Amino acid sequence: MSVPQEAMQEFLDKPSLLQRLKTFDWIWAALVVLGAAFVFMRYHTAMDVYEKSFLVLAVPGLVGLGWHWRSIEPYTLAVTLISLLGIWLYHGDYANAEKVFGLKYMFSSQSAIMWMSALFVLATLFYFAGLFGNSEFLEKTGSGLTWTALVMGLSGLMIRWYESYLVDPEFGHIPVSNLYEVFILFCVITGLLYLFYEQRYRNRTLGGFVLLIISAAVAFLLWYSFDRDAHKIQPLVPALKSYWMKIHVPANFIGYGAFALAAMVSVAYLIKDAAVKRAPDGWTAKRLPSLDMLDDLTYKAIALGFAFFTIATILGAMWAAEAWGGYWSWDPKETWALIVWLNYAAWLHLRFTKGWRGTTMAWWAIIGLFVTLFAFLGVNMFLSGLHSYGEL
Amino acid sequence: MMTNARSTSSRLFHFLGSMNLAITLLVLLAIASVIGTILQQNKPYTDYEVKFGSFWFEIYRMLGLYDVYSAIWFLVILAFLILSITVCVIRYTPGILRELRHYRESAKEKSLLAMKHHAVLTTNLPNPDIQAIAQQALKSEKFRFRIANNDSHTTLAAMSGAGNRWGYWFTHLGMIVLLLGGLLDSRLPLMLAEWQGKLKPETRNIPASEVPQISRLGPQSFAYRGSVDVPEGKRANVIFLNVRDGYLVQRLPFEVEVKDFRVEHYSTGQPKSFESDIVIYDPDHKEPISTTISVNHPMIYKGTAIYQASFGDGGSEIDMRLRPFNVQYANQDVKGNIFQNYTLKASNANYQVELKDFRIFNINPVTDEKGKVHQKNMGPSLIFRLRNAAGEAIEYTNYMAPVEIEGRPYFISGVRTSPADPQRFLHIPADSNSSVDLFFNYLRKLQDNAAVRKAVTNMTQDSMKDSELSNPAMQEQVIDSMIRLTEMFASSGFEGIQQDLAQRFPKEKVEEASKAFMKVLQAALRAVYMDTLAEQGKTELTDKDWLFFDDSLAAIANLPFYGSPWYVQMTNFKHIQASGLQMTRSPGQNIVYLGSIMLTIGVFLLFYIARRRLWILIKPRDDGQSDVILAGTTNRNQKDFDHYFQGLQSAFQRALTARGA
Ligand code: HEM
Repeated sequence: MSVPQEAMQEFLDKPSLLQRLKTFDWIWAALVVLGAAFVFMRYHTAMDVYEKSFLVLAVPGLVGLGWHWRSIEPYTLAVTLISLLGIWLYHGDYANAEKVFGLKYMFSSQSAIMWMSALFVLATLFYFAGLFGNSEFLEKTGSGLTWTALVMGLSGLMIRWYESYLVDPEFGHIPVSNLYEVFILFCVITGLLYLFYEQRYRNRTLGGFVLLIISAAVAFLLWYSFDRDAHKIQPLVPALKSYWMKIHVPANFIGYGAFALAAMVSVAYLIKDAAVKRAPDGWTAKRLPSLDMLDDLTYKAIALGFAFFTIATILGAMWAAEAWGGYWSWDPKETWALIVWLNYAAWLHLRFTKGWRGTTMAWWAIIGLFVTLFAFLGVNMFLSGLHSYGEL
Repeated sequence: MMTNARSTSSRLFHFLGSMNLAITLLVLLAIASVIGTILQQNKPYTDYEVKFGSFWFEIYRMLGLYDVYSAIWFLVILAFLILSITVCVIRYTPGILRELRHYRESAKEKSLLAMKHHAVLTTNLPNPDIQAIAQQALKSEKFRFRIANNDSHTTLAAMSGAGNRWGYWFTHLGMIVLLLGGLLDSRLPLMLAEWQGKLKPETRNIPASEVPQISRLGPQSFAYRGSVDVPEGKRANVIFLNVRDGYLVQRLPFEVEVKDFRVEHYSTGQPKSFESDIVIYDPDHKEPISTTISVNHPMIYKGTAIYQASFGDGGSEIDMRLRPFNVQYANQDVKGNIFQNYTLKASNANYQVELKDFRIFNINPVTDEKGKVHQKNMGPSLIFRLRNAAGEAIEYTNYMAPVEIEGRPYFISGVRTSPADPQRFLHIPADSNSSVDLFFNYLRKLQDNAAVRKAVTNMTQDSMKDSELSNPAMQEQVIDSMIRLTEMFASSGFEGIQQDLAQRFPKEKVEEASKAFMKVLQAALRAVYMDTLAEQGKTELTDKDWLFFDDSLAAIANLPFYGSPWYVQMTNFKHIQASGLQMTRSPGQNIVYLGSIMLTIGVFLLFYIARRRLWILIKPRDDGQSDVILAGTTNRNQKDFDHYFQGLQSAFQRALTARGA
């Protein structure tokens, strides 16, 4: 039997992942493996079994992520280079943060975070200018600025990690332990999630909306840093000295980031919906992406957020079981995590099984962000409980 | 009758498994959970009564708002959720199984054409070739399929993404497993026993050994979570389970001794770790088991996990010197233990001294000379209450060592009448030997009329020698009023003098008189102060001495509001700490974790595996060609499927024509 193989192969026998990889993908993967091997050789005596397994699992995790989303490859390379440069500039002395030019103005964690903040705000302006001016060039600049901000943000966190050991080897910890640090994490994760979907949908018009919430976070960060000296590196309280923290907090922030993304896309949805109703051929109705796409993106973001929030809450319960002696204590932070989770569970059921769409769901996603915000900030500000670190 | 009953139960079944109920329950649970985070739970009931007034207090109590998560209505919501998910799974499972098994190869041409995703292609290939192409396509796309041959057409019915259905089961069964696991560890058995009247929480503050049987639980309890403070060197064989505003005493199957409790500090003074060396004594083991636990590193023994939860004082021994503010009485030296009460005699009455707490470190924000705020360790402090015969108490926090404020050292004592109030502070200046002696010497002299007379007489004679006022009668009058004013000041401060003036002078004269009297008083106070220092051989007074003088006056002026007949000075202490241990027995924990893992896997399967169906219907036409109908459905991500289906369609198109050409 002679089946025309060639023709079918074009589509049906899609090249497998391995066949699609280019030389650069392999070089990058090799660098990831080498980097991990170097870290292992150099530091294995200082690592416990959990840290070793994280390191080992991080290799396939990162390689898989990079191969799946290629932009991660240059991104991680840039972050690595800048982080190493910053570390090198320190020459093992924390006082150099104020003395060495490159640190003082660029690569000390505090400076890098300032750059990140400025770039995010600038990117927001460019995205909006591109949207209003209907200029692809401005929008592309917005994307470029966002990528640069993300490089500075993540590098800043990495360098801060190193700095915490420089201040005092006993202080050393991953920078996800207080409000200042997690706000940076929030900006970075939300930015990355947005850029992923920007590339996926080949549409840059939502950049301004999403970066608006990042800019709000940046404003908080700046206030918090200048008014409260929050950027000062402090030692960990005993309850936070746990390997659970390292995975619980980032998982939580993928959730928060995704929910924030969903809410901002919903804002765009409401604007578009109103515009279409008022003037279907109007400028706004034409510029913003289709309602279908906005709805689809909102759903995907909430699903992603829900999945990671589920993991984060479970990890939190496991940590609580180890630190406080019970996996569930109805502590206000825990309870609010549950409230956020239940809220989105209800949203997903309505959307998926009852097929609800439209403005109601968009409003709900926006309200969902306020509920999330309360769980993330409000609880620390207004309620007391076991999670009373990171207070304002 | 029969049909009626069946329809009712089936309607109930339908209701329980309905999406509307599910969503209502999820939202309801979220809202109910909010209450317990806004209203602080399980505080002493008197606090609530003060806050809400007795009417609302009672209503909230009946609604269970002080312990929302154990309130009946809350448990009913949870029970309904379990029920609802269970019914939901039961209801959907047959359909899902059917769906997994059935390829729907009998789908009619018409229904395929009615699908959103469909395409009709035409080819001149023979039927077997078309089938071969279709089969290969489906295989390479990882579809499972069946072929049905009919008289008029051949159908390939295919599906993929069964993982999505597993996702449904995992998610919802996981949720049931999780909730049931949580139920195992819950207080439900205790609540049932309480409703039956077999158990009653104790609310009095009495030693564990005196707690009556009805508030006790035996060592065979299935699950528990409670805590106990064990002083260093002591053992515990019970823990306390907090129930609303009371507690239950839970007997442990073993005994725990705390050998030592330690706090390790960072270089900045902040705590770095809390740890206890503990020893477990169990009749089943000959040898006691020793280990160290710390925060985040519990010990698990026979299914009971022992956590380092908190720490506090374990009855430290305190040496105190009580220095009366009234000179007629002598100092008293007293020894005591934290948590004990002592009855002591003061000038006017008996007081109960209740030693509440001892703290060895007090890291507080302090303002330095430049106005900058630093964290500073203020050293050991003693917290005690002084209760008078009427039962009214004032709480004091006394620091053992002098604390430097704006460059000058003070002995500080914080005062408040209720724990809710902010503290007010008495600052007694410390002398060059870092003691309160100079202050008390001065105070004693002020209260000693003879000493005051001597001091002011010398002074007035000195200053009036060459003035025209050197009239003995006049002098005598000034000296008398100085003594009277000093006495008044030493017993009731500036405030007392003002009151006295207000009584003796008409309103419009008070200000003028007060100015004059203050001048006289100041002169007298200075004279006595200089006399006090002269006794110590100090005649040339420096700025520092005068600052001490000002501080002394400020302190004396505040004494009438201090409320204690003594200054209680801690002279020595032996620190005994207590380690706060939390002990948990939670047999349901691993079940909860199992449910959590199922839930997580399930959620990812549901979100990231799409269930897809494809049909390829091959229908020979009269003209020798064939129609190939391609149709597909998916349960999620319609947009992605649009794209996918289009690609599939064009690949087919090409395959069918490539051969045909
Ligand atoms: C806390 C409880 C629950 C959780 C966490 C939960 C979670 C989920 C999730 C994450 C999905 C996937 C939604 C999507 O794909 O967008 C889902 C789907 C679904 N849930 Fe639930 N659910 C819960 C309770 C219930 C209850 C009580 C019912 C019964 C009415 C129910 C019925 C369904 C159904 C029918 C689906 C659709 C499955 C499909 O066709 O793919 N769920 N659930």
